[in-house]
Amino acid sequence: MPKIQYNQAINQTLHQLMKKDPRVFLIGQGVTSPWYVGQTTNGLLDKFGSRRVIDTPVSENGITGVAVGAALAAMRPILIFPRMDFMYYAMDQLVNHAGSWHYMFGGQLNVPLTVWAIINRGGEQAAQHSQSLQAMLSHIPGFKVVMPSTAYDAKGLLVSAVEDDDPVIYIDDRWLYELEDDVPEELYSIPIGEGMIRRKGKNITVAASSYMVTEAIKAADSLADEGIDVEVIDLRSLKPLDKQILINSVKKTGRFIIVDAGWPSSGIGAEVSAIVGSEAFEYLNAPIMRVSLPDSPAPASSPLEAVYYPKAKTIVSKIRELVPK
Amino acid sequence: MTERTVDLSSNNLRTMYQTMLRIRLFEEKVGNLIQQNEIVCPCHLYIGQEAVATGVCNALRKDDYVFSSHRSHGHYVAKGGNLNALMAELYGKVTGCSKGRGGSMHLSFPAVGFIGSSAIVAGSISPAVGAALAFSIQKTDNVSVVFFGDGATNEGVWYESLNFAALKKLPVVFVCENNLYSTHVHISDHLADTDIQKKANIFRMRGVQVNGNDVIEVFNVAKKAVKDARRGKGPTLIECMTYRWRGHVGPNDDLETGLRSKEELSYWKEKGPIKKLEKLLLSRNFLSKSEFLQIRREVEKEVDESLMFAKKSPFPSENSLLDNVFKAK
Ligand SMILES: Cc1ncc(C[n+]2csc(CCOP(=O)(O)OP(=O)(O)O)c2C)c(N)n1
Ligand SMILES: [Mg+2]
Repeated sequence: MPKIQYNQAINQTLHQLMKKDPRVFLIGQGVTSPWYVGQTTNGLLDKFGSRRVIDTPVSENGITGVAVGAALAAMRPILIFPRMDFMYYAMDQLVNHAGSWHYMFGGQLNVPLTVWAIINRGGEQAAQHSQSLQAMLSHIPGFKVVMPSTAYDAKGLLVSAVEDDDPVIYIDDRWLYELEDDVPEELYSIPIGEGMIRRKGKNITVAASSYMVTEAIKAADSLADEGIDVEVIDLRSLKPLDKQILINSVKKTGRFIIVDAGWPSSGIGAEVSAIVGSEAFEYLNAPIMRVSLPDSPAPASSPLEAVYYPKAKTIVSKIRELVPK
Repeated sequence: MTERTVDLSSNNLRTMYQTMLRIRLFEEKVGNLIQQNEIVCPCHLYIGQEAVATGVCNALRKDDYVFSSHRSHGHYVAKGGNLNALMAELYGKVTGCSKGRGGSMHLSFPAVGFIGSSAIVAGSISPAVGAALAFSIQKTDNVSVVFFGDGATNEGVWYESLNFAALKKLPVVFVCENNLYSTHVHISDHLADTDIQKKANIFRMRGVQVNGNDVIEVFNVAKKAVKDARRGKGPTLIECMTYRWRGHVGPNDDLETGLRSKEELSYWKEKGPIKKLEKLLLSRNFLSKSEFLQIRREVEKEVDESLMFAKKSPFPSENSLLDNVFKAK
């Protein structure tokens, strides 16, 4: 199997999906830019032309509605936000329209829209250019939300998102773009709603998604020498959530940490803790712990950024709190 | 330059020249510091557009409000923001104007009426209208000004803000810096009608297009717009035709990416705002060669001092991370 990077996997998938299905088109800012979206859209304009690879004006609200409308008219748009922070202008169309349409009209027309939202943080970009909005988006009843952590998943989940008949929020992270993985050449899909055990362990379960999976694995590896055996679960899909994989793991380990690089209040950690707390209560030997961002906007200054983003060592210290020596 | 030049005292011209040069030399220094990895935060340089900020802010009082965008160093400097605090902010230092929390894209210096810059395109347009609304409720004669780019006129909130400001005759001046690009996209690829000032008319608002590289023209038009706003005659949209010399973000010039031609860039450099004013000042004998040199030396010194200040300032302490989320402790 060829080893390719995460961003190359996305690029390859877009080429293949657009070739396979004439209903698929890409719309949003930066899709024809040499630098805006991390090489993920290379070659698409040349191959498919400006009718299906549409670089738009800075009009997130309007363009999102345009994508919703095209989805209602039997297309399968992939709507890109080169940075999640710019999605707020689009929220009305996403929540009140895309996410509600099928339900509020009694299931007549569906909205097969893929919203591709990129996390792009670090480098002193500060409050308006550093956000991870998976919790806010998972809050919306009509959305499915996926967060691939490997190049293999980046491909498989993108295929599932585009083939899904409902709005799917596909969140990737620029910090993963250079990560390599074995990625089959042909198209394949990964079911939305299935988590995966990335590392087997007996003493404690750490669940994470996207970039935090790599940090969780690093944390687990570093504790192996001390005899702490950490199981790492990649949620892959935040909504629907693979409850069973979490419950099964906690049955075995009795301890649980949920890691999410969003804000803590009413966040992914709160949701996942509630599920594990109510459905795996009898197996727990310790309180559930969360790792998240601090409850503040992102700072610019490097020394503050360094303590702002959770990392392997943040996870390690939480694990140490829970696992007896 | 037009004959309206005679309205301007040589003193005023000297001040504006100094401000433009201050912005230019500061930005050039910043460009170099980015190349040396001294400055980390993303910076959208203002080089080439100095006449807009300078002409407009020169028509304002200290207690008038200015709101700005991601490309805000020039507006901050022209409104009188402290240079040391600006450089320190770019260095992420606690002595920075936003205590190192904001970086280049989030500057603020309320003491001189520089309220803040938002890096969300069009993000500060409606707040500027809101400040004007406050002035009208408070019955003060302050004016609110917002700077934004040609790209920002693609956002729906721009139209909503213009309509509301015109409807309520609010004391706000909309300053659009049309530098022909929105990131990598030429204006002809992002606006169906590139005549921006004209769009004021659909809201029955005055719209004016000016040569944004002519500081005197900008100043005169801004002065009139500000005067109208102060007297309750409502808002004006000023479209300033200008050009950024560097790429969208950072010090490079975007030639290497093929986003624009060398010819286009040299055409606009030739028409640059500082050169233009220098020529006029020389031809009218407003400033001698040695006075030019003296101004340049003074400004270089200010910029160097700001760098020294930034370098020797401390970083914010880690345990201050959660300070300032709320005003109340
Ligand atoms: C809501 C939002 N969408 C997209 C961006 C990314 N972005 C930053 S600046 C910019 C272009 C702005 O162009 P213009 O308004 O002409 O200002 P200029 O950069 O030319 O000064 C874009 C699209 C953003 N910051 N905010
Ligand atoms: Mg522009």
